[in-house]
Amino acid sequence: MVTLNVNGVRRRVDVAADTPLLWALRDTLGLTGTKYGCGVGACGSCTVHINGVAVRACQTPVSAAVGKRIVTIEGLHSKTAKVVQAAWEKLDVVQCGYCQSGQIMSAVSLLVKNPKPSDADIDAALAGNLCRCATYQRIRAAIHEAARNLA
Amino acid sequence: MNELRIENQSRRDFLKAGAGLTLALYLPAGAALAAVGKGGAEPFAPNAFVRIGADSSVTVVAKHLEMGQGTYTGLATLVAEELDADWAQVRVEGAPADVKRYANLGWGIQGTGGSSAIANSFEQMRQAGATARAMLVTAAAQRWNVAPETITVRQGVVSAGGALKASFGELAAAAAALPVPEKVALKSPRDFVYIGKRAPRKDSRAKITGQAIFTQDIRLSHMLVAVVAHPPRFGAKPKSFDAAAAKAVRGVADVVAIPSGVAVLAADFWSAKKGRDALKVDWDEAAAFRLGTAEILRQYQDLLDQPGASARKDGDAAAALAAAPKRLTADFSFPYLAHASMEPLNCVVRLGPDICEVWNGEQFQTVDQGSIAAVLGLKPEQVKLNMLYAGGSFGRRANPQSDYILEAVHIAKAIGGKAPVKLVWTREDDMRGGYYRPLYLHRLTAALDAAGKPVAWSHRVVGQSIMTGTAMEGGMVKDGVDRTSVEGAANLPYAIANIAVDLHSPRLGVPVQWWRSVGSTHTGFSTETFIDELAKAAGSDPVQFRRALLTAQPRHLAALDLAAAKAGWWSPLAPGKAGERRGRGVAVHESFNTVVAQVADVTVKADGSFRVDRVVCAVDCGIAVNPDVIRAQMEGGIGFGLTAALYGEITLKDGHVEQGNFPDYPLLKIGEMPVVEVHIVDSTANPTGVGEPAVPVIAPAVANALFAATGQRLRQLPLRLA
Ligand code: FES
Ligand code: FES
Repeated sequence: MVTLNVNGVRRRVDVAADTPLLWALRDTLGLTGTKYGCGVGACGSCTVHINGVAVRACQTPVSAAVGKRIVTIEGLHSKTAKVVQAAWEKLDVVQCGYCQSGQIMSAVSLLVKNPKPSDADIDAALAGNLCRCATYQRIRAAIHEAARNLA
Repeated sequence: MNELRIENQSRRDFLKAGAGLTLALYLPAGAALAAVGKGGAEPFAPNAFVRIGADSSVTVVAKHLEMGQGTYTGLATLVAEELDADWAQVRVEGAPADVKRYANLGWGIQGTGGSSAIANSFEQMRQAGATARAMLVTAAAQRWNVAPETITVRQGVVSAGGALKASFGELAAAAAALPVPEKVALKSPRDFVYIGKRAPRKDSRAKITGQAIFTQDIRLSHMLVAVVAHPPRFGAKPKSFDAAAAKAVRGVADVVAIPSGVAVLAADFWSAKKGRDALKVDWDEAAAFRLGTAEILRQYQDLLDQPGASARKDGDAAAALAAAPKRLTADFSFPYLAHASMEPLNCVVRLGPDICEVWNGEQFQTVDQGSIAAVLGLKPEQVKLNMLYAGGSFGRRANPQSDYILEAVHIAKAIGGKAPVKLVWTREDDMRGGYYRPLYLHRLTAALDAAGKPVAWSHRVVGQSIMTGTAMEGGMVKDGVDRTSVEGAANLPYAIANIAVDLHSPRLGVPVQWWRSVGSTHTGFSTETFIDELAKAAGSDPVQFRRALLTAQPRHLAALDLAAAKAGWWSPLAPGKAGERRGRGVAVHESFNTVVAQVADVTVKADGSFRVDRVVCAVDCGIAVNPDVIRAQMEGGIGFGLTAALYGEITLKDGHVEQGNFPDYPLLKIGEMPVVEVHIVDSTANPTGVGEPAVPVIAPAVANALFAATGQRLRQLPLRLA
């Protein structure tokens, strides 16, 4: 039994300590916005913020997340996040949508660190977020749009 | 469209359907179960596709799976257009399985594929909207005692004169009491307010807030998650297993043998997976497939030298080839490809007395209903399918054998239906699970006359048949020719007097399936790079050479001309940096009645690596229902096709699939995505598909650009420069 701080709420989670945070979030806490795509840290679908940093929840055992601030797509309420989501909506970025929680988590984390990213900055920060539907052109445009609206 | 089937739907039926869903379904607060048919208490349901609530909400029932291609938005656009609804009042929900009401009119069964959703629904969904509108107008005319002709409907408001106004909700109950008109006149295209304009996607909000519900997200009360140990080779079966170690894993509830493997069930995925990893299974490999890619290629090479079943014969290609002064020949090779949708395959099944209920990114309702019913001894109508959003599919979720769905059903049956089951395939299960785009070899031979005009073309294809052994075999395989193996080759658009296309369909133990754009995934490449070779041999410009052979193909010509003009084909490409070589290539190809032309610019670096800088794409898909969705499908199709061009390759060794996850089956990354510019050819023809036709064009355009940059002809996918 561990206690996790998820989206500002302390949650008791009764799982084995080696359980990846991804499955504790999805199967135990019912926070299904964070997705499983590969389980090996290679797709970014499971991206969450831990202490403000974008990490792969499939590669983070719950034991390593104890005592830290975990934010999932469901708990994304910052101004930056709202502006990013508005840009995503305005440009109709999504297709199947399965990767998009992870894309948005990575985009928000990039913009917090770097409010005016170049194409190269975006490509580097989102290199670990695969999109099989290849919505990449719109992801890039939406991040630029969000950066403009945050300036 | 020759046949329209809109059946009346009584409100009572909807309420009945709704009652089936009252079982506990745990969803996050505010979750967008947009895709599950909730049914409802809307007072006005004039047909199977539209319901209008007292709150003026318009619910469009989508018969097609939303897997990213934007069909929920497209279908809703068609209804909103004729209903004159306000876009904001329209919501979309997935249809239940019911072939009488929700058949794909192009197929006669219910299912999504072949880029057919908007094409087959174009008239049907507009009729659905127009009928509802006509009834609202009649209700208003009666209420206000005015002539129906004096009533206008605009953005969800019904009005007459200046003073009389009503919302849809206010008229819904009265409209519901009216007879449903048989057929209503549709708008003239010049009156369209939504078709041809941008309508924001209906699934955007849910998908950017994590609220959209995919199969992976379903949790029913007391549900168990199943992870399956699959055989290491295709065709093997479980012989025996030792479940002791698996059962010792915390959380594991059960271990059961099923025809396709051994399933470990637990309350959650991670426990089930740990159990699966601890399980020991002895496999019966007597019937296992044991070849590797190298051996398969050798067998296919032999077939390339022998004539196959004829798929097209114009004139006498062999004689013309023998007589011509100049002859070219080239062999092409295409690997197996996995669909690798972002959401690995999964399926939720709940058995009850005389009922089986399924939650799934459901793409092939009628086939799946039949296969499930056969396994369980039920009637097809006792199988209830809830169609959820699919996290991609690219064809995979419409499996003619209902493979992963039946696996989930067998597990639920093996535990006696005591709990609902969510089958989850890991990424590795998904990638190694077969049902690939088949491996193909092609041989093309052509002859030019003294003036450089092609006079003969012979095209041989070798590769497994997708349709053989499926319920579609009768319609799709004729005289030894599976249409899907030669589509894009047998209908070569170029005017050449002597054309021969033939086919070998060897049978092999590797399961194969359609993969986004099907036959065109390979025929588009070989025909469009080979025509480039002919242009070069004729000393002609690649666009001019094609144009001269396409005079009887106005749609090809229009797309090609548009792409070439917008790409600046006729002015030189800007040079690269020192040490870099640049090139521009073109390709044009028709699939699913849509013509796409693309011009690709590439840069080859000094180290031999290359990037695709820019792609200009022109598409003729008839009337552009949602231009922005069309643009998105062109962009996405180009990215998807580029993954195959640069990386896609499933290989086998001793029958083992060598790839398992993204590190060894890479997808295109954001930094590799070219700038894509999409131009839509003006058209008044009925709409044709857009989900697939961009895919087959990009690889040949890039290969032709690489030739222009380096002089190397690449005839093998994925593309690798020497
Ligand atoms: S699921 Fe975690 S990176 Fe793919
Ligand atoms: S939107 Fe489908 S995987 Fe990204």
